[in-house]
Amino acid sequence: MSNRIWIRMGDGERVSMAPDEVKKDLSAGTQDAADKGRIPELTQEELDQLFEIFADPNRIVAVSPGEEVITTDDGASGIMVVDQPDGGTALPMGYFNAVLAFERICCADTAGMGHYDYSCKPVKSIINYEKQRYYMYSQATTIPLIYGTQPNLGLYFQPDGPFPNAAELIPQGKIEEARRAQEMAAEALIEDLVFCAKELYEVGCDGFNFDTSGSAGDADFYATLKAVTKLKTIAPDMAIEIGMASEFVLGLHGGIEYNGKRLAGMFPHEQVKVVEEAGADIFGPAINVSTTASTPWNLARAVTFVKETVAVANIPVHPNVGMGVCGVPMVEVPPIDSVTRASKALVQIGKADGL
Amino acid sequence: MSTAHIMASGMCGIRTAGDLVAWMQLTRRMKINEAKQYVAGKLGIDVADLCNEDVMQDVRKKFDIGNICAAADGVKGITAKSRIADLLDISINSVNLFKSKLTAPLH
Repeated sequence: MSNRIWIRMGDGERVSMAPDEVKKDLSAGTQDAADKGRIPELTQEELDQLFEIFADPNRIVAVSPGEEVITTDDGASGIMVVDQPDGGTALPMGYFNAVLAFERICCADTAGMGHYDYSCKPVKSIINYEKQRYYMYSQATTIPLIYGTQPNLGLYFQPDGPFPNAAELIPQGKIEEARRAQEMAAEALIEDLVFCAKELYEVGCDGFNFDTSGSAGDADFYATLKAVTKLKTIAPDMAIEIGMASEFVLGLHGGIEYNGKRLAGMFPHEQVKVVEEAGADIFGPAINVSTTASTPWNLARAVTFVKETVAVANIPVHPNVGMGVCGVPMVEVPPIDSVTRASKALVQIGKADGL
Repeated sequence: MSTAHIMASGMCGIRTAGDLVAWMQLTRRMKINEAKQYVAGKLGIDVADLCNEDVMQDVRKKFDIGNICAAADGVKGITAKSRIADLLDISINSVNLFKSKLTAPLH
């Protein structure tokens, strides 16, 4: 066993592989990303570097001094106070204290905060409460405080919302009706996103994170982009981060465009260009994880996409590195060995500007 | 998990110069190397020392922009952010609001 390397599967299971098996999975992972995204594979030198990261016998790995990057998050401090479904620890403390602990104990570069539900629609009805919270927290934090919310177009369809459910119409062959429903829902979402962000801007909001964008497909992504475009006019001093839901924009509408560009089917290196056009300041690609493939395969794949995205981007790129994306196993408690390997590889080889 | 990322790859916020570099990404859309060079220039230190606690603790005390070990009379929160905005020559929305309240006429 001594010449074998301990790695994880995409579901977090720890297994050992022979060095040649790891190398084979690294090559297959980068080839898969290159094929799907029509982008360059990692070079042999980069694959060798990635192999060394996996072969490192230490449980925790890290970047070299001088390579450190900025961290942004989707309300990660809230993990201290929420419970199991959100990966939380349910400490008997308030969100305010969690944000301060995130700044002063965890030493984060920025802190995210948001409504416990995190979707935009529920925030609208309690916006005054959220404004009070943001203003209060903002007076006490030194690091940038970023309010986050998920566009989540799905909440605008029946039975949760007013519009016919596209996911029910499509299987019935009612394609045009499904498209109209998504277009109407997107307009309502744009209005809500702009409303919430504008209200927070008025109490000094320094940053707004549209997190898990595109979770309901291309119309969801479209609504996010349109909202950002409007906000950059009415809230010019508020930075905007767009984090994606997955590596590929699902074409539930199929024909919706932003500035003449069809959104369905876009991969991260294409997503970042429309995100830039919309005026966002930071982009967070999310590369899917296969739970049945190894972390060498998954991480090689993620690094290939991220490297190309960073190469074409004119804005900082912060890959999403929560559970189940960008090489981090899809499991409730992601193992530290895998988390730090993803962290190091995305920065050292992917050249990410942050995480 | 987020703490693991911070320890493995993060700049570590107010422990070093992480918040300062983050402000440059947020306010000027700077990529990481450009942001680090800008901040190091404003602080008058080498880029290599931005994550060096030994250097940054003294630098943060010198400019009085908030330290991880909080002094009773040291600045923190919005006061620290106000000083950071001046130091980095950037516009911070929360600071602008704070200053507008401070200087608003009493009548």
